[in-house]
Amino acid sequence: MKVEASDWFLIGPEVFLTGAGLLLLALATFFQKAKEEFLGYLAVLSVVITAVILSVVAAAGPRERGPILAGMFILDNFALFFKFLILIAIGLTVLASIKYVGTAPYPGGEYYALLLFTGVGMLFMVSGNNLISIYVALELMALASYILAGYFKGETRSTEAALKYFVLGAFSSGILLYGLSLVYGISGRMGLTDLAQMATSGDGRNLAVLGILMVLVGLLFKIAAVPFHVWTPDVYEGSPTPITAFFSVGPKVAAYAILARIFYVGFPKFHADWGLVVAIVAAATLVWGNLAALLQTNVKRMLAYSSIAHAGYALLGVLGFQTPYGLWGVLVYLLAYTFMNFGAFALVIFLETKGYAAESVSDFNGLARRNMPAAVTMLLFLLSLAGIPPTAGFIGKYYLFTAAMKAGYAWLAVLAVLASAVSLFYYFRIAAAMFFSEAAGARLQSSYALTAAVVLCAAGTLLVGIAPEGVLAVLKTCIPGGY
Amino acid sequence: MNLQQVPILSIVAYIPLAGALLLIFFFPKEKAGPIKAFATIVAGLDFLVSLALWFALDRAKAGYQFVERVSWIPSLGVEYHFGIDGISLVLLLLTTFVGFIAVYCSYTAISERQKEYYVLLLLLQTFMIGTFCCLDFFLFYVFWEIMLVPMYFLIGVWGGDRRLYAAIKFFLYTLAGSVLMLLGIIALYFVNTTGFLGYKGLGNAPTFSIEKLTAVAAGMPVELQIWLFFAFFVGFAIKVPMFPFHTWLPDAHTEAPTAGSVILAAVLLKMGTYGFVRFSLPMFPSAVLTPWVTRVMVTLAIVGIVYGAMVTLVQKDMKKLIAYSSVSHLGFVMLGIFALNMAGVQGAILQMVNHGISTGALFLLVGILYERRHTRMIADYGGLARPMPVYATYFLVMALSSMGLPLLNGFIGEFAILQGAFARSFWWAFSAATGIVLGAAYLLWLYQRVFFGEVSNPANQALPDLSVREQLTLAPLVVAAFWIGLYPRPILEVLRVPSEQIVRAVEGKTEMPPALADRAPVPAAPIAPAASGGTGR
Repeated sequence: MKVEASDWFLIGPEVFLTGAGLLLLALATFFQKAKEEFLGYLAVLSVVITAVILSVVAAAGPRERGPILAGMFILDNFALFFKFLILIAIGLTVLASIKYVGTAPYPGGEYYALLLFTGVGMLFMVSGNNLISIYVALELMALASYILAGYFKGETRSTEAALKYFVLGAFSSGILLYGLSLVYGISGRMGLTDLAQMATSGDGRNLAVLGILMVLVGLLFKIAAVPFHVWTPDVYEGSPTPITAFFSVGPKVAAYAILARIFYVGFPKFHADWGLVVAIVAAATLVWGNLAALLQTNVKRMLAYSSIAHAGYALLGVLGFQTPYGLWGVLVYLLAYTFMNFGAFALVIFLETKGYAAESVSDFNGLARRNMPAAVTMLLFLLSLAGIPPTAGFIGKYYLFTAAMKAGYAWLAVLAVLASAVSLFYYFRIAAAMFFSEAAGARLQSSYALTAAVVLCAAGTLLVGIAPEGVLAVLKTCIPGGY
Repeated sequence: MNLQQVPILSIVAYIPLAGALLLIFFFPKEKAGPIKAFATIVAGLDFLVSLALWFALDRAKAGYQFVERVSWIPSLGVEYHFGIDGISLVLLLLTTFVGFIAVYCSYTAISERQKEYYVLLLLLQTFMIGTFCCLDFFLFYVFWEIMLVPMYFLIGVWGGDRRLYAAIKFFLYTLAGSVLMLLGIIALYFVNTTGFLGYKGLGNAPTFSIEKLTAVAAGMPVELQIWLFFAFFVGFAIKVPMFPFHTWLPDAHTEAPTAGSVILAAVLLKMGTYGFVRFSLPMFPSAVLTPWVTRVMVTLAIVGIVYGAMVTLVQKDMKKLIAYSSVSHLGFVMLGIFALNMAGVQGAILQMVNHGISTGALFLLVGILYERRHTRMIADYGGLARPMPVYATYFLVMALSSMGLPLLNGFIGEFAILQGAFARSFWWAFSAATGIVLGAAYLLWLYQRVFFGEVSNPANQALPDLSVREQLTLAPLVVAAFWIGLYPRPILEVLRVPSEQIVRAVEGKTEMPPALADRAPVPAAPIAPAASGGTGR
């Protein structure tokens, strides 16, 4: 395969981010623990520069942004949207980590470097236009994530989280890979656009469907849909909180991107075969995610189940992919979800006074008296997560419900709205703790970096909620194929 | 100044919001005095500005007035669309009126976290006004939902002992209902545009305009109308609350602080009945006229009246007693609405206002007593007429108004409702009338136990009578009660044209009233289930 000069331009962001990661790794050896904050800011800077390079690439016309590396990758608006979203997620994670990592007794340089490497994996992943390139990028992201989950290597639960994540991640990757091999075996194709031409009938049909369903299962593992979610609460609970926040948005968003792309571009003709499975999984995810969250007293576990439930909502959009609202809804929702979910986790990080300890809901007691702006911002994220207007979460959910109705899954829409009403109960346990209980400690002060992350999330949540038109119009152009 | 030219509704709606923002940023929370004064001024100013609407409204004109219309989310067809007719005007004025009283009555009742309290009251005010002004379903839904948040905190922070339970129950119940309404709205949206679930859409440009979608909905086949009627019904019925969806109400009302109970009773419950009048009747006339639907609605209303009254009779807690009486009173309103005639509908709307005034005042009165004695148990009182004669007089007037004594407001509304019900069926009117008898029983019995006889409890011996401020909070409500009772014509005049329109929309079934027709022409083609199922994208 010949690498064109234009290819280097188009993968510029990824190349730069890789370089930045390596540089951080090398620099880390020269920094003492106390000075590592600088590395964090350097990581933020590299993410910003990557975003700038990406903007330059994006500014090139759609024609210049043709297939990369002989069609292994493409850079359509869909990919660009996800790349920006992933950079936002990584940037927020680094900001939220700086103080946290600074106080942890483990070296921070590799932490930031690994974070950037997961970013590289995700950036490639969402561009993937070929089953092999998607898989390789996915594994790059996953391997770096496993290590990040176990970053607190002295803590049993962090190690446990990493191991669970690794074993189940590898297992799901295996299923995914096996599915890919079946699809390839039947069709002899790997490119997504070629796969779309795959015959839907004939000898290999059953095997092809089996392969597609295995691909689906592999990806459902990655987005933590029921019944493939069991790893999530443990991993989310055990990982360092900024990493949990990152897992809940970054890899999930990227997995959604490839789920949508593979099934929308590659297997639309097999909709009849995977549609019902996705519908049932979505229903189970919505119901179980929300019900299980009701029972949690640990905030990280509660938010883990909540993020499972949110994966279920987004599946409604995947189901409605044939309607104008389907993928549009997924994009709007993932954008909203990134801001609100990360914001909620960022407030958990803010409260983490006991270092790496389980966060109980009662830790939020009296936050309104300890730091009113923090409490109000948390309330905003909770309202958004529960889908109360006028927040980003409502706009996102609105699209997904619309997509489900339009696609003929009215029963699923009814289930989804009721599940959404139920979710308010556990979200507002935190609100009740913040506003109704007596303060459990002194006034709290936030670090600048974390404040920046929270303010960004709050601004995003409000902007998409109150003045969504600009965002909606841009996102409409990001649907592959377009409407 | 021509009020049709200035965005007067937005001004009325956002004065409290602006006040709340000023409170947040410019008033230190340690100094309660300026906060109270400022909140009162803001609420009072809002009421005065809203009064201008009363004088400016053209009574003879059908359709919406003071319309403001700006595009908000064009890709969805969502607009910022405000406008009112007589019905919304009356409820809007009730909101600003009661809102002012709610602020003014809280001076001594609320002693901690005062700044947050007044900020929340003002925010709630904005959201309630917005709900009554909305002419866009999306916007309506936004206000409808966001309104729950300040109320949740008002109950949860300043409420009674079981406030946490009551607050979340209130929130969850109403939310569960309204999300189904959201699906109903989405369905309407598709009926107007591209169709869904095998129903062919009309292919119009996407819109959430209430006028437009009302016209569209009224033309839908009966079966679809019934489905959507019930989608909306759940949302509204929980808010009203209709039997058997009423169980959140006694908790929320009892646990809320006085001002919260007053607003809940006077305004929030009206959202539900307003929804029925404004949306359910004109949008789903064929569904409403379907005999079994009418029968279910009327049965629930009558059960609410009688069951509500009987439960009220046995209450030992004064606040809970008044809370349960709301179930009964709102049953009357629902009966009037589903009598589907002029007397019934007009009476129902008037009764919404009456209930706001009487029950609001009764909650105020109980709150005043609670502040003095910190108990609401009827058994703790007796012979209060002696130490508190002025208080006893106010209580008597409002109790009589609540039970529908002639010369007072309740009579006019109940009479019209019964008249409307009687025109439909003797038995409807008869069963509802038993509710009135029971109503007289529980209120008079309450009055007797609390006020008459010797002062049985020494703690009540030296209770101070009403202060000037307390009298000032109550007097406007008494004046309003007498005004409506003696001279209801001005209000009925405001209500006449819009009520006629609604009744005609139901009676004429799909034939649209002219005011709607000239704005939003209804496509001639009726919506029919598509043979092939779905219309693609």
